[in-house]
Amino acid sequence: MWLSQIFQVTLLNLRNLKERAASSLVAVIGIAGVVTIVVAVLSIAEGFRKTMNAAGAPDRAVVLRSGSASEMISFFSGDSVRLIRGGPGVAQGDLGPVASAELFVIIDLPKRTTGTTANVPLRGVEPAAFQVRPELKIVEGRKFNTGTRELVVGRSAQREFAGLDLGSVLKLGANDWTVVGVFDAGGSLTESEIWCDARVLQPAYRRGNSFQAVYVKLQTPRALSEYRRALLTDPRLNVNVQRESEYLASQSEALAGFITFLGSAIAIIMGAGAAFAALNTMYTAVASRSREIATLRALGFNRGPVVISVLAEALLLGLLGGVLGAAAAYYLFDGFTTSTMNWQSFSQVAFAFAVTPRLLATAVIYALTLGLVGGVLPAWRAARLPISQALREL
Amino acid sequence: MAAEQEIIVSVRNLYKNFHRGSEEVEVLKGLSLDIPRGEFLALMGPSGSGKSTLLNLIGGLDRPSRGSIVVAGQRIDRLSDAELAAWRARSVGFIFQMYNLLPVLTAERNVELPLLLTRLSRSERKRRSRLALKLVGLGDRMKHYPRQLSGGQEQRVGIARAIVTDPMLLLCDEPTGDLDRKSGTEILDLLSRLNREHGKTIIMVTHDPQAAARASRTLHFDKGALLVESAA
Repeated sequence: MWLSQIFQVTLLNLRNLKERAASSLVAVIGIAGVVTIVVAVLSIAEGFRKTMNAAGAPDRAVVLRSGSASEMISFFSGDSVRLIRGGPGVAQGDLGPVASAELFVIIDLPKRTTGTTANVPLRGVEPAAFQVRPELKIVEGRKFNTGTRELVVGRSAQREFAGLDLGSVLKLGANDWTVVGVFDAGGSLTESEIWCDARVLQPAYRRGNSFQAVYVKLQTPRALSEYRRALLTDPRLNVNVQRESEYLASQSEALAGFITFLGSAIAIIMGAGAAFAALNTMYTAVASRSREIATLRALGFNRGPVVISVLAEALLLGLLGGVLGAAAAYYLFDGFTTSTMNWQSFSQVAFAFAVTPRLLATAVIYALTLGLVGGVLPAWRAARLPISQALREL
Repeated sequence: MAAEQEIIVSVRNLYKNFHRGSEEVEVLKGLSLDIPRGEFLALMGPSGSGKSTLLNLIGGLDRPSRGSIVVAGQRIDRLSDAELAAWRARSVGFIFQMYNLLPVLTAERNVELPLLLTRLSRSERKRRSRLALKLVGLGDRMKHYPRQLSGGQEQRVGIARAIVTDPMLLLCDEPTGDLDRKSGTEILDLLSRLNREHGKTIIMVTHDPQAAARASRTLHFDKGALLVESAA
């Protein structure tokens, strides 16, 4: 009986929506606008996190000097690298252990969009680097030849920074370097980098025979614990061994966390505004229908269904706003590329805004919450209205 | 004569106070009253005399400050809100001055509204709504929306809605107050017929002496008390 009352009264309310189209539209658009902005901000964090994590394969380990939070401040001698490469559980290829000792320098390049210079990571790698990262594909040109000043550039880096087209020559330090290839790495962080031969980079930047990180492909993901134990217990080494996915997550956490925090703050502040719009609309709806609500109650309809029907209407407005806002955010921002400073590596990371299904669902739930908050007080008022008084209202 | 008949409404020592700001206004002052089954009772008096308040209290739309109201053997002033709502749906048909029809519903759907609170099947609800509309002479206006009807026709829909559940009481709050003379007369004819031919007990608040003349008894109110009683 109650359910049927709720259904009937709600149906009546929704039929009435047409008559209140203008004020309802204001609430829907208000909620949609807020949802769009909140989704856009959160999609930055989501996209950044996605880019940082995309490269993380479970069977790949990153070895840094103990106490180093990132490659930037890590350091190994050639002797240490030999020991790291020889640990148990490392996959074996034609050239021996599938491990690449790498060094990492920052170069200045102008951004395509603004022309301002930004820090771009230049990574010197060993030949096995391409086996360590099999997802990396050369999509234009070719790999650099070992022992030469040749560069391959990540797709995102090429898109974001000027002077990285195939055949371009870059002056790095005292030498000229030629871009010979472009690689794709599935949209991961690596695509923001430029790669060259580590053995050529070492003398160019006066690094002697030193490296900053060793990337190792393990035989299986489970081999990590044995490999880690062996390296940590070796008295000649002072290292930190992390699964690559964990390493990248730790690298992105600070910035992604900050953006998420910012997004949430915006969500709360703007959400309060939108909730007031919904509240205002619902109050108007209740006020304009107070005689009708009183009539229904005089006829014997209960308070409960009246409350629920007002809430249902508010939820519907919230839902419409949420779907509209999420759709707008998706079409406007999903895949929109940009780059930002990753403070852990002091270099630019190019990434795309990612409006993920999870984010869309969050947006709709958020909008429904706004609608609900906006509907509670008016629903309460509708229920508390003295019937005899409301019956005479025009 | 009334004492021999079954009493359907019995009001005893009824008080009703309203708060107007910090001031408390006593609208009904210890009113007692019996209404026999089948009576057509008119309540008259100036604005603020308490006649509409009494109607609302008898209809269970409001609660007395003190005193008792017994309708068909039931103390309605002691019912909970939900019980009172269910009692209204079962026992009372309201007819309002401004008709209070729902603009988004057709005449037929408006009349069907109180039946939605019953367990009747959809087809039975439809049948009864149509029957009620025919009874008030609007068999040919069932699919019309209130805005497509004249004031008199709207009030007929209101009456059809009030009688569709076959309630024991019809409570009318100035049913002709918003109508021209001709439509008003038609509505009063209809109410008289419902009283005479269908035995409905009717309590009607009115300012109009001509409307009151249709009633079998008229009670005059002033300042919350019963002044005089006149039989038709």
